[in-house]
Amino acid sequence: MTHSEKTQFAHRHLLDIDRLSVADINLLLDTASGYVSKSRARDKKLSLLHGRTQINLFFENSTRTRTSFELAGMRLGADVINMSVGSSSVKKGETLIDTAMTLNAMHPDILVIRHGDSGVPHLLSQKIDCAVINAGDGSHEHPTQALLDALTIRNRKGRLEGLIVAICGDILHSRVARSNIALLNIMGARVRVVGPTTLVPSNAKALGVEVYHSMKEGLKDADIVMMLRLQTERMQGAFVPSVREYFKLFGLDKKKLEVAKPDALIMHPGPMNRGVEIDSEIADDITISAISEQVEMGVAVRMACLDLFTRGRTQ
Amino acid sequence: MMNAPHALLNARLLDPATNTDTMGGVLIKDGLILDWGTHIKADALPDGATYENCHGKCLSPGLVDAHAYLCEPGKEHRETMETAGHAAAAGGITTINAFPATEPVIDDPSIVEVIARRARETCSVNICITGALSKGLEGKEMAELGLLCEAGVVAFSDGQKAIGDINLMRRTLAYSTMFNKPIIVHAEEPALVGSGVMTGGRTATAMGLKSIPSCAEAILVERDIRLIAMTGATWHAAHLSTLDALNSIRRAKDEQLHVTAGTAPHYHALNDLEVGEYRTFARVSPPLREEDDRRAVVAAIKDGTIDVISSQHLPQSADSKRLPFSQAKPGVVGLETMLPVSLRLYHNGEVGLLDLLRTMTVGPAKLLGLACGKIETGKPADLCLFDLEKPWQLDATLLKSKSKNTAFDGHLLQGRILKTFVSGTVVFEL
Repeated sequence: MTHSEKTQFAHRHLLDIDRLSVADINLLLDTASGYVSKSRARDKKLSLLHGRTQINLFFENSTRTRTSFELAGMRLGADVINMSVGSSSVKKGETLIDTAMTLNAMHPDILVIRHGDSGVPHLLSQKIDCAVINAGDGSHEHPTQALLDALTIRNRKGRLEGLIVAICGDILHSRVARSNIALLNIMGARVRVVGPTTLVPSNAKALGVEVYHSMKEGLKDADIVMMLRLQTERMQGAFVPSVREYFKLFGLDKKKLEVAKPDALIMHPGPMNRGVEIDSEIADDITISAISEQVEMGVAVRMACLDLFTRGRTQ
Repeated sequence: MMNAPHALLNARLLDPATNTDTMGGVLIKDGLILDWGTHIKADALPDGATYENCHGKCLSPGLVDAHAYLCEPGKEHRETMETAGHAAAAGGITTINAFPATEPVIDDPSIVEVIARRARETCSVNICITGALSKGLEGKEMAELGLLCEAGVVAFSDGQKAIGDINLMRRTLAYSTMFNKPIIVHAEEPALVGSGVMTGGRTATAMGLKSIPSCAEAILVERDIRLIAMTGATWHAAHLSTLDALNSIRRAKDEQLHVTAGTAPHYHALNDLEVGEYRTFARVSPPLREEDDRRAVVAAIKDGTIDVISSQHLPQSADSKRLPFSQAKPGVVGLETMLPVSLRLYHNGEVGLLDLLRTMTVGPAKLLGLACGKIETGKPADLCLFDLEKPWQLDATLLKSKSKNTAFDGHLLQGRILKTFVSGTVVFEL
């Protein structure tokens, strides 16, 4: 890790992907790669963030992302505290800004935040001295997911540039989609979004993607097929008529995958709805599915984020 | 088995798709049109061909009815596919678009298959099927448009109900664009319809009947037009009846939106005075309008704002009509009278014959994405032979439809169907 410790990093917060450059992203991914082997070792603990305080402030339920950030902080030697909405004073009527000011007074070094409203990490970053890491805000962004997806793709394909990536499903509500679109565009991939007309923003083209409403067309020659989770409340007639129709039209199965490249890689941010957006036969096939690898890369990428976004901070 | 060709000779050929109005003949073989035109004459037929003389009567494509309720399955006491087929054939109709207000509702692909099979087995004319737009026609959740489309429906509609939930309508319109099928709407804002039974106006006020403001139509049309501009959906108003709504359609067409409009014979032929002494047979939905609106419908047929005239055939049993006006069920049978009643517009000098026929042949066929509605070589010989001039009086008891709820009982009509062919086979002969 010694080489990366020398490198400075220009950014103080990870709020969204847009403000990162190709060099920033490559540095984050290279740094994360280094942490992958450390996470596989018997002794996983480093002391890079020894004495630092990391607060995971989660206003939405999350198991995997929170656990991933928690492990990342602990493996780097930070003191990690989890605050979830159930146990915080937000329930007692405290405003978001008051909560932030209270936390700020405790001098944390890193605040990892997830919130159901878009833009909350931006708001907090203006009020708080420490590094703010966006762990998902509303339908806006989930930058560490995009970074871990990029690392997974790079591991398997050796590059990002020039790959055809089809992001499929509920684009409209997905922060994972927005972060991935931004990152993949920066890195020179060709991004497609595929989904029903009710779940793809009508002006999606403006995000720099090709828009498809049919899996057959959208998956043609794709190198990467990224499936998104469809929320249960959107399956029953409001956005799509039924689960069975959604699966028939947009659920990923072997048949629909036939038009993609023979070595196409399947990804899913989890948790999966088997039989809704993805067939188990595909999800469980480790030769084509990178879903477990995504989780592993998640910890490494979050270690890299905690590392890099705290550099240059003296406090 | 090889059948000898059969020729219909000495006919006035009327084909709106090609703007043809000429004397000539049609040559039929194995149910298909082998050839047609002025050159089809008795002295130039293939060897062994049989022929019949049409004596100068009109021969048009078989009519396409874009909107009818066949009541099977579920309401067979009112109509069956078999009786509807006989009624349609007697009205010169060779293709009916069946609406989904059956029991069960056509909101499941398996029902589409059952109906298609029953139609093949029992109905003498062609049937295409419109699937539900919302589950159970309840206006709450989108129906399975994709699966219905795969099962073969030609359009989506909630029949006599409009979707009041504007967000559901927005999403349903957006969703429908994936399937390239039109959404056919009953254009009346449901909250304004409420329990009204007659159009708002002098007659309703004088009669003490609960009224529906005529603007309920324009409000829904305007609402949907804005949503169509946003979503790019293909949309058809089933039966427009007011000037304001028709003006909205004109503007939408100017904006190149995928919007078409239809009406039914009772909206161009009748006005609210027809309700007279609480005649429940004149209760329809939307209600008969005042005279100014009726005239606007005629003008819209004339200038092409209205693309489709359909029967809006809705059989009701006598006991659901022999009730106080506000309790009677709306609807009229119309398969047998669609053309004769509409020919009034021609006889009055208001609409040209080809333009009028266009609204009942290629107009609806285009709406529904069907290849029929034209006289075309190589296509099934679905044809309608009619006497343009023949005067007659309608006797409801003689209707072939199982239900007799016509609004035109006793009316004097001019123009009568003589013979109807489906794939070259005679399915009706006067």
